Amino acid sequence: MADASTEAAIVQQIRSDYQYGFSDAEDYVFKSGKGLTRELIMEISRIKQEPEWMLEIRLKAFEVFKSKPMPTWGADLSGIDFDDIHYYVRPSEKAETDWDDVPEYIKNTFDRLGIPEAERKFLAGVSAQYESEVVYHSIREDLEKLGVIFLDMDGALRQFPEIVRQYFGTVIPMADNKFAALNTAVWSGGSFIYVPEGVKVDIPLQAYFRINAQSMGQFERTLIITAPGSFVHYIEGCTAPVYSKDSLHAAVVELIALEGSKIRYTTIQNWSNNVYNLVTKRAKAFRNAAVEWIDGNLGSKITMKYPAIFLMEEGARGEVLSIAFAGKGQHQDAGAKMVHLAPHTSSTVLSKSISKDGGRASYRGLVKVLPKAEKIRSNVRCDALILDPESRSDTYPTMDIGNQDVHIGHEATVSKVGDEQVFYLMSRGLSEDDAITMIVNGFFEPFTKELPLEYAVELNRLIKLEMEGSVG
Amino acid sequence: MSDPLLKIENLHVAVEGKQILRGLNLVVRPGEIHAIMGPNGSGKSTLSNALMGHPNYQVTDGAVTYKGQEIQEWPADERARQGIFLAFQYPTAIPGVSLGNFLLAAVRNVRGAANVKPLEFRKELMACMKDLGIRQDFAGRYVNEGFSGGEKKRVEILQMAMLKPSLAILDETDSGLDIDALRIVAEGVNRQVTPEMGVLVITHYQRLLDYIKPHFVHVLVAGRIVQSGGPELALELEARGYDELLRTHGADAAPVVAGA
Repeated sequence: MADASTEAAIVQQIRSDYQYGFSDAEDYVFKSGKGLTRELIMEISRIKQEPEWMLEIRLKAFEVFKSKPMPTWGADLSGIDFDDIHYYVRPSEKAETDWDDVPEYIKNTFDRLGIPEAERKFLAGVSAQYESEVVYHSIREDLEKLGVIFLDMDGALRQFPEIVRQYFGTVIPMADNKFAALNTAVWSGGSFIYVPEGVKVDIPLQAYFRINAQSMGQFERTLIITAPGSFVHYIEGCTAPVYSKDSLHAAVVELIALEGSKIRYTTIQNWSNNVYNLVTKRAKAFRNAAVEWIDGNLGSKITMKYPAIFLMEEGARGEVLSIAFAGKGQHQDAGAKMVHLAPHTSSTVLSKSISKDGGRASYRGLVKVLPKAEKIRSNVRCDALILDPESRSDTYPTMDIGNQDVHIGHEATVSKVGDEQVFYLMSRGLSEDDAITMIVNGFFEPFTKELPLEYAVELNRLIKLEMEGSVG
Repeated sequence: MSDPLLKIENLHVAVEGKQILRGLNLVVRPGEIHAIMGPNGSGKSTLSNALMGHPNYQVTDGAVTYKGQEIQEWPADERARQGIFLAFQYPTAIPGVSLGNFLLAAVRNVRGAANVKPLEFRKELMACMKDLGIRQDFAGRYVNEGFSGGEKKRVEILQMAMLKPSLAILDETDSGLDIDALRIVAEGVNRQVTPEMGVLVITHYQRLLDYIKPHFVHVLVAGRIVQSGGPELALELEARGYDELLRTHGADAAPVVAGA
């Protein structure tokens, strides 16, 4: 084992490579000890002054969590020690709506991450979560007047308990998997969005998630409901400091797209390389509704995430567009699930992964068609790019097709960065590093072009950082 | 006589352990257009790749001097920045990278980022595209992806126009072009040639040389230049073919005695 001084040096080195790796001193209102108990769950619920029914859900989910074994498929989760995690850290008393009221040190952090600037420039609303709680949220006034609700999940539970109760856990039941159960037991923060009938939110709403403490568990819970004919684009980003001990991020995200509405959910996950990112994301799309998961996975130690869309009624459409970048010591096990429950539904999956410096990227996907779901269309395509012989890429597609009258396509490619491509670009004056970065950016282009310009620029910059020094 | 722009002395190049060029000599001075002709497998593309610095082409003997400097150690990007340009026989596709962005990056690297203003760049690019009959929307298309053979060659010459090299190597630029495309590409090249510039036209057939008039013609057989002359040599070759030269100088011919 490395001694303390070399370990510190290693952390320092990683920090210098990962620009969001800085951390704040802790000055918290409440920080639980390590480990999870029934008492802590009751304490969390008490601090949040929740209704009794929510506490009951939490306690029930805690039992489910304890009863479920660790998943043995997918990535290696043996490094997670549930007794070595802080489950609830409350940095401040409430979610502020005025930036000036946010505690100074947290404000500085989000300033460094560019959040308030982004809000001013191109967002309709912002939510900023620090550790377990949302510390700031805002929404453009005109949208609020139209009845759009954009709150932190705790605030929504206080202000709109009936809507929350109606939908909470209806897309992802607590028993879905061990980490969904854990989230349901200890959830805190996350976003709640409700878009009323016919309202189209023209520019994105954004949430930003920041883990600061070491050995932290972040368990936000997000619920988005779009009423008939409405539209919303939600973007989330996430970063954390670099520590020698691992943190756990286990979110649950439920989307409900009612008739003829559309939800686009964009994630740029850039956790530091000591975060286990085990997220359950699922949507239900009803008649003629559309859901799009635009899922970018750059950071984390291990990610297991398979955004799912249940196509509930005729005419529903689902799309997952994802990229994964697995660098040194990273395993990105990502994919998509499409479940066709009704006829005339369609789904598209485009997954692109890059592995480098010994990183491992896996695509794990499911297309399921129920017997009554005739005349559905589904198209899955996975492209993997492997940058060096030490790195690895795998594809695990599953098809469970219960109806013969369907149109289904599946295509997978694995490629290496071609010598001829690199030479071609170098012959035009680009350095070898720049040439490979350009090829990688081009590979991700089908994803990048779906992002708002500011995010596309940022993503290309992050990839450039990841690629730097990739040539020996 | 002015100093040579390019001086190739006794160049030996191997690809994957196989010796392809076996003692090639050539001098190109500013303002000169040289044609290198030769049959398939004589080493034409090896010469162009080696001059551009392809890492798979090992120089096993001899030297290449460009503007008085030995360039053997220069990687391809350094050669490009110093003004060497290769128009590829088979340009590679770069999916997801638009031609416009690619050219902007290339021009910034070659001219220096500070010397390239995006708006002026765009204007210049559009003008060059117009000259070569390339539709404007090609700037947004991915580099060489789904381009026809003729479009690829035109885009190579477009890159040359934007990078303004001192030494341009055209590797089989005529292959795959119909007569109209050939004319457009050749006119594009002719417009760019300046008295300071050297051009190496590598070709199997004489027809490109009807449009790009060389000052010198060299015949490459089995990795060596076996005959040099004026433009008339190209016409002669076209009439006689390469068979006789292959019999005398080809790889199957009796080994040439060292120093002979």
